[in-house]
Amino acid sequence: MSIRERLSGNEATAIAMKQINPDVVAAFPITPSTEIPQYFSTYVDNGEVDTEFVAVESEHSAMSACIGAEAAGARAMTATSANGLEYMWEMVQIASSMRLPIVMALVNRAISGPLNIHSDHSDAMAVRDSGWVMLFSETNQEAYDNMLMAHRIAEHKDVNLPLMVCQDGFITSHSIENIELLETEAVRKFVGTYKPEHYLLNRKNPVAMGPMDLQPYLFEHKRQQWEAMKNAKQVILEVSKEFEALTGRKYDLFEEYKMEDAEYVIVCMNSTAGTVKNVIDRLRENGVKAGLIKIRVFRPFPGEEIANALSKAKAVAVLDKTPLLNLTGGPLFEDITSAMFTQKINVPTVNYCYGIGGRDVTESQIESVYEDLQNLKDMTNPYRFLGLKTK
Amino acid sequence: MKDLIEIRWHGRGGQGAKTASLLLADAAFNTGKYIQGFPEYGPERMGAPMTAYNRISTNPIRVHSNVYEPDYVVVVDDTLLAAVDVTAGLKEDGAIIINTTKEIEEIKPLLKGYKGSVYTIDARKISIDTLGKYFPNTPMLAAIVKVTEIMKDEDFIKDMEGSFKHKFSKKPEVIEGNMKAIEMALNEVKKVQ
Repeated sequence: MSIRERLSGNEATAIAMKQINPDVVAAFPITPSTEIPQYFSTYVDNGEVDTEFVAVESEHSAMSACIGAEAAGARAMTATSANGLEYMWEMVQIASSMRLPIVMALVNRAISGPLNIHSDHSDAMAVRDSGWVMLFSETNQEAYDNMLMAHRIAEHKDVNLPLMVCQDGFITSHSIENIELLETEAVRKFVGTYKPEHYLLNRKNPVAMGPMDLQPYLFEHKRQQWEAMKNAKQVILEVSKEFEALTGRKYDLFEEYKMEDAEYVIVCMNSTAGTVKNVIDRLRENGVKAGLIKIRVFRPFPGEEIANALSKAKAVAVLDKTPLLNLTGGPLFEDITSAMFTQKINVPTVNYCYGIGGRDVTESQIESVYEDLQNLKDMTNPYRFLGLKTK
Repeated sequence: MKDLIEIRWHGRGGQGAKTASLLLADAAFNTGKYIQGFPEYGPERMGAPMTAYNRISTNPIRVHSNVYEPDYVVVVDDTLLAAVDVTAGLKEDGAIIINTTKEIEEIKPLLKGYKGSVYTIDARKISIDTLGKYFPNTPMLAAIVKVTEIMKDEDFIKDMEGSFKHKFSKKPEVIEGNMKAIEMALNEVKKVQ
């Protein structure tokens, strides 16, 4: 049934898109996501998909074209990174407020400036409250699997929100690794066809999309977006269960690794999680009860569930791959500590800014975090830097 | 082969070290292994020093960082010996494979006292003889397969024939030369320390 392959994260994403065979792909190239539309355009050229490929002149237009296509009733996809996502920013908000389930591959890269093409999460974090469902992926396999589940979640009638699948630029996007693919038939059966309830090309039920929305209703419409985001959590769990039945690969809101009795816990996202797992196995051989929570679903944020999963820990380190320019902690740290506070869970928690601009994340860096957690006495400065060069 | 072997490639931009690391990953994948093949992207310029990595394992590979304590190092261009610390972290029970015409006495001072095995190969000559041009990556790929013994020579040759047919589907005229380069390199890589 499944196909054993070796692919980069970008190849895996492009193949997922080929198997999904969307109606429209509109994209503008930007490193490190460039290969996704590049490979995909080859599939279009070879006739392996029926997709209308729109080679736009900018990312703003890429998202605009996706909005137009999706509003017309088509299934639309795009891919981007960093500054490309920033250039889309205006339309990213329009997509979610119009409740258009566009699916985007976001290959995480540091936002300029100064100019850097390597991975951190500053691009994703800049759109974290834009009303998009956001899934993060540790490996090429997870980037592929999340993409196969994306439309089922986004297009669900209780959700109708756009969704982005994130993976780390270069670290997974350009690394060749083993992967298990599904047969295309199985993918198409799982994803299904897009049947929007309202769309512009429906002559029987004409609708207006994107009109002005002033004092009488904007507030209520924002509340509806909130409801949709809330619903997404359950839908994600249902779709993930169905995916597990198909593939045997289990997905949840977040992954717990050796958490049953964990005293010292790291929380992180994307490729770093694999490195953390290696370190945990080694520490446990020496009797250190180390554990990991890897966030898969970042939006909607499963705050209550994460806070409860952390309740028995002695100390927690939240790793943010985003520069801490606000002096109140990274986005993941803020979300987790806020959830712990509202859940009345009081576990010493510190924040590490790490991996900025592609700074390599090593096992020894992760080991040092667990060492810090075991000796956590001074909490006067919870905001720390990991892997920073010091003279 | 050990459960996990880690390899670091040193080359210059344009010499194909990245491609070689990906082809090595391919070859090992075809023997049923778990693999990683990835370059360390920097400022991508022709001629600038660059690094690429491989992990080859009998178990799933989870770590996502560069390789700091490689079992093997491949040096695609011997002018890098003076410019880059090529033996940094290299395990003593491992080996370094260098594309050079120099004798061990000449290279040795540049290896910072490395006590493990040293192999050399004249990839330039092999490449010029078989391809008429200087593409050192194919001979270096064969050399690392030979030294690491990740697969038998004949399996590797068969595998590469398939890979090249796919890779060079639009210029099949280079397949024969590349296959010859592989066969020559398998024979000519020699242990000098």
